[in-house]
Order: sequence, then structure tokens, then C-alpha cells
Amino acid sequence: MELIEAILLSVLAASTPLLLAATGELVTERAGVLNLGVEGMMIVGAACGFGGAWLSGSIIVGALCGMLAGILMSLIFALMALGLAVNQVATGLALTIFGIGLSGLIGARFVGEKITPAPHLHVPGLTDIPLVGRILFGQDAFVYLSLVLIVAVWYVLYRTRPGLILRACGDNHISAHALGYPVLRIRTCAVMFGGACAGLAGAYLPLGYTPFFIPGMTAGRGWIALALVVFASWLPGRLVIGAYLFGAVSILQLHAQGAGIGIPSQLMSALPYLATVIVLVLISRARTGGSTAPAALGTVFVPDR
Amino acid sequence: MRKFFVAAAAAMLATGAGLFGAHAADKLKVGFIYLGPIGDLGWTYQHDLARQALVKELGDRIETTYLENVSEGPDAERSIEQLARAGNKLIFTTSFGYMEPTLKVAKKYPNVHFEHATGYKRDKNMSTYSGRFYEGRYIQGLIAARMSKSGVLGYIGSFPIPEVISGINSTMLAAQTINPNIKVKIIWVNSWFDPGKEADAAKALIDQGADVIMQHTDSPAAMQVAAERGKLAFGQDSEMIKFGPKTQLTSIIDNWAPYYIERVRAELDGKWASENTWDGLKEKMVVMAPYTNMPDDVKKIAEDTEAAIKDGKLHPFKCPIIGQDGKQVECKGEHLSDDQILSMNFYVKGIDEAIPGK
Repeated sequence: MELIEAILLSVLAASTPLLLAATGELVTERAGVLNLGVEGMMIVGAACGFGGAWLSGSIIVGALCGMLAGILMSLIFALMALGLAVNQVATGLALTIFGIGLSGLIGARFVGEKITPAPHLHVPGLTDIPLVGRILFGQDAFVYLSLVLIVAVWYVLYRTRPGLILRACGDNHISAHALGYPVLRIRTCAVMFGGACAGLAGAYLPLGYTPFFIPGMTAGRGWIALALVVFASWLPGRLVIGAYLFGAVSILQLHAQGAGIGIPSQLMSALPYLATVIVLVLISRARTGGSTAPAALGTVFVPDR
Repeated sequence: MRKFFVAAAAAMLATGAGLFGAHAADKLKVGFIYLGPIGDLGWTYQHDLARQALVKELGDRIETTYLENVSEGPDAERSIEQLARAGNKLIFTTSFGYMEPTLKVAKKYPNVHFEHATGYKRDKNMSTYSGRFYEGRYIQGLIAARMSKSGVLGYIGSFPIPEVISGINSTMLAAQTINPNIKVKIIWVNSWFDPGKEADAAKALIDQGADVIMQHTDSPAAMQVAAERGKLAFGQDSEMIKFGPKTQLTSIIDNWAPYYIERVRAELDGKWASENTWDGLKEKMVVMAPYTNMPDDVKKIAEDTEAAIKDGKLHPFKCPIIGQDGKQVECKGEHLSDDQILSMNFYVKGIDEAIPGK
């Protein structure tokens, strides 16, 4: 029982950065913008988040710095891909490469420093319930925030008018424009939201996961978040399931190795990507029902004046 | 906008020329190729510390240039050639994966001398060098077996290559001399550097009952997890006591400075020759961090063993060695030959798991 609890706790922590970053990217892609720069925004968020927390001594300041850094990074993307109508794929990739370099530069003076990680909730009585206590009532703020955020995103996208307009921009920007909606402004807001989430996800790594900063510490989590959005077929509900599934796979493969169960670890490391490919195939085969990619995803929009 | 780009490009070219083109009056130019960022706190960090020591020692006669974050593969060849073309006469390429690229560039530039870390291919203008890290692992094995209450050690591996496998074997051979029934749980993270995954692996090992954590990956993440859980751990590549003041038992520190200084001196004196250097505790290429967080008798065992290895009285791979399959490993001398250690692809008896992909 203790082992199961320990595994679940690790899975929760491992899934949170994926969920945060993927939530932001889901909104961005729902607005019709493909931003491949998640990894870059995350790593800059990690550097700035750690820097903010280290200089101020406050985790909250750190998290805000990470979000701000993510927003600034996403604005570079918005300027290029939306303002100048540059190819989104190329811009996103460039943003990632740029972010990896920039984070090393920003973080250089913080390397080797350490901070006190984000505190975990402790509710006397509730947290001490065996098995479920620490899982439900003993997490840090990032974990709860990631869940609140995805519920909020679901509500806004599917139960409010702004959400409907945002999805309209992603499915048919020409119609949305004809109806008088400021497509580029809406998309810029979505991209900024994506940047804030990616920055926060990046900041979670040095603030809650491993409390120090090292260049390159996101180690490909931004790419998994991107795959996750496709895996979830752009639906918030499936995104939560997918994030915990991906997190569970990465933790369980470590436990399987430790327990001497002979599954090649290389195969397990490849599983999230394999699952994404399979889901893509399933989506393209079953065109009816479910959700498919936003129709205008990745296409450039230049409003006629 | 266009003007700005032209100006930016011109500025970049100018800086590039400044880095690679300028000739300081007859100073020897020494180049370094690094795998990671210099701030990785592990492998590359230690190489750069050595470069700094080199500059401090011989700075008036040499000039150093380094390229960091050079990925192994085609990129490496370009970067190494860039250094050669820029007039560097001695070039250190500091990762195993640079072996073929270094060899290729070495053939193209016969007047430039190359030093490749941890590889096995040499040429008349290309040396190799590495540390006998397994000697340090042996001492860690002894300490771990004495300090473990559960009798289960946790080992985080990067990739199942001979260097890592010989480290695991050396650890276990030592641990078995203290506790014949000691167990080791091994988790491969398939990365040299992924702090999050290293932390997850450390958590998994502790959750499964390991109480001493050792690693062959580069970040201090595992140390921090052990510290948080009140367990013990060993550092890797560099001093990591800062990340676990009550946790770190010792750390294997890569100390490249004496070698770099010696080789550059040889180059300055015109005495450089292609060699194969594999130094350990005795030559201080491998150095143990202070023995901390252990009782005095364990500390004494560690110190005595370190002295015995330095004197050549003790060899971690002393024969006979029984393999995992129960058969005795072929052995010609008193201990396994260097070639056998460098190509090690088997576990010793007492390790239950199998090498991945074998």
C-alpha cells in the first residue's frame, strides 16, 4: 500500500508540468495557432522562475516571473507568426532553439544555487488519512492550480461566448473575421495564455520538482506537452487523462526497472510518443464524432483591410 | 528592418572573426569542445574548471577557446574543424561521442594535436585520456554496504556502456566483501542529464527500499531527493555536498587540471607525443571528496582502501571474478586487464537484473 501511495505521489508531480504546458498549448491551438516553441518558453520560464524565487526568496514571485517570461517569449512568436505572418512551424522551432540559448544566459549566475521548494499543503486530519490523504490534501500549489486551470479552460471554451469565438477563430478565421471578430487580437491573447502556462510549467521544475536550476533542465517535456495536445484530440477532458497517463508511464517504467521487471527501458521512454502516433491514426480513421484538429490550425491569416 | 539585419549580420561576423581569427603574438592556442553547458555542475563543469586552472598556471603563454553544448555527431566535426582552422594547436575533445569526428579532423590537420577523452581510437597526432572511475566506485561500494540498513542499494544509470557497467560491478564487488547478501536495484534513465527523471528514479529506488543512492548521471537531483527523504547518497563528477550537507557520503570528482597542464606544457616544450593515459586515484585524476556523514570506523575503511588502491596493493577487479551466470570470468593476470575493463559487458554475481538489450 505504501508503495502504491508513493508511486501515485510521484505520478502527480511528474504529470503536473506536462498538464500545465499542454493546457496552454491547447488554448493556443484551439485559436488556430500552432506554437512549437513550448520547450523554449518552458526553459526560459524555468530560468526566470528560479531567478525570481532565488532573488526574492518567494516561490510566488518566482512563479510570476516564470509566467511573465513565458508571456514575453510568446509575444516574440506572436509578433513573427501573427504580426508578420511568418510560417508558424519555423517560428515555433526557432523560438525553442532561442529559448534554450537564452535560458542558459539568464540562468548562468544561478547555477549551483539552491532554494527551498514550494511547500506542500498540510491539513491536520485530512492529510494523514492513509493512502488518499497525501494525494488529495498534501500537494503543492502547482498541482492544484493545474487542475483548476484545466477545468476553467474547459468551462470558458465550451460554456461561454468568448470561448466559442476563440474556437471559431481556430476553425475558420475567414468567417470569424467576416463576423467582425478581431482574429489576430484573439489569437495573440491565446498565444500569450499559452506562453504564461508554458512559463509556469517551466518554473514548476526548479520551484517544486528539483529545487535548483541547470541549463536544459526541461529535457524535452515541452515536446511531450505538444504530443499530449494531439493525443487528447484537443479536448480538455482527455488532456487531463493523457497528462496523468504520460506521467504514469514515465514513473512506472522506473519502478518496473527497480523491481527487476524486464521491459526494455528504451521502449518505455518511447511510449508517450508511440501512443500519440496511434491516437493520430485512430483520429484520422474515425472522422465522425470525437474531435479533430481545429480546421485552421497552423494556417496564416492576413486580414484584408 | 533589412538594414538592421545587415548590421546584425556584420556584427556577428566581426565577433566571430574576433573569436576565431585574431592572432595573439606567438601564444599557443588551445581549444576545448564541451558536451554540455559549463554550468552543468557535473561533467562539463569539471572540464572547464580544469581549463581555468590551466589558464591560471600558463596564462601568459597560452590562449584558450571553448565551444560548449556541442552535440555528438556531425555537429562535432564542424566545431572541431573550426577550432583547428582558427589556429588552435592543441584541441581537447571531452566526450566519448567525439571519437570519430576527432579522428577525422585529426587526419585532415596533421600539424594540430588532438586529445580525446574516454575513447579508444588514437592516431599519431591524437591521444586519448580518461579516469579510472571504477576505483572510486569501489570505495563507494564499501561505504554503501556499511551504511545501508536495508541492505538494498539504489543505482541510477545513464546508458549501459562499459564505463557505467564497470562502475556497477566495482561497487558490488566491494559491497559484497562487507555484506555478501547485499542487493542493488538499478534504474536506467537513458540520459546523461535530465534532472526531473533522475529525481523520479531516486524516488522510485527509495520507495522500493533502497537507502543509499548512487548515480552515474550528472545532476544533483538524486542527492536532493535523498536529502529530502533522509537517506544517504554519493555525488557524481563534482563536489555536491551543497545539495545534501547531511546526505553526501563522498563524491567521485573528475580532476582533469594536472593532466591538462602537463599536456600543454609538453606541447609548449615541443615534446607532445600521442599517448594513451588512463589515470586513477594515484595520479589524482580521480579524487574522492571528503568522507562525510559516516562514523569514524567507516571513514577509516574508506581511507585505508583509498591508500591501498593508490599503492597498487588493491585492485577492484582482482581475480577470480564470478559473472552473473555463475561462471568464472577469464582472467590472465592477478586482475582483469585494462581492455577487459574498458569493454566490460557483463554483471558480476549477486546482481539479479539483466543488462538492458542483452
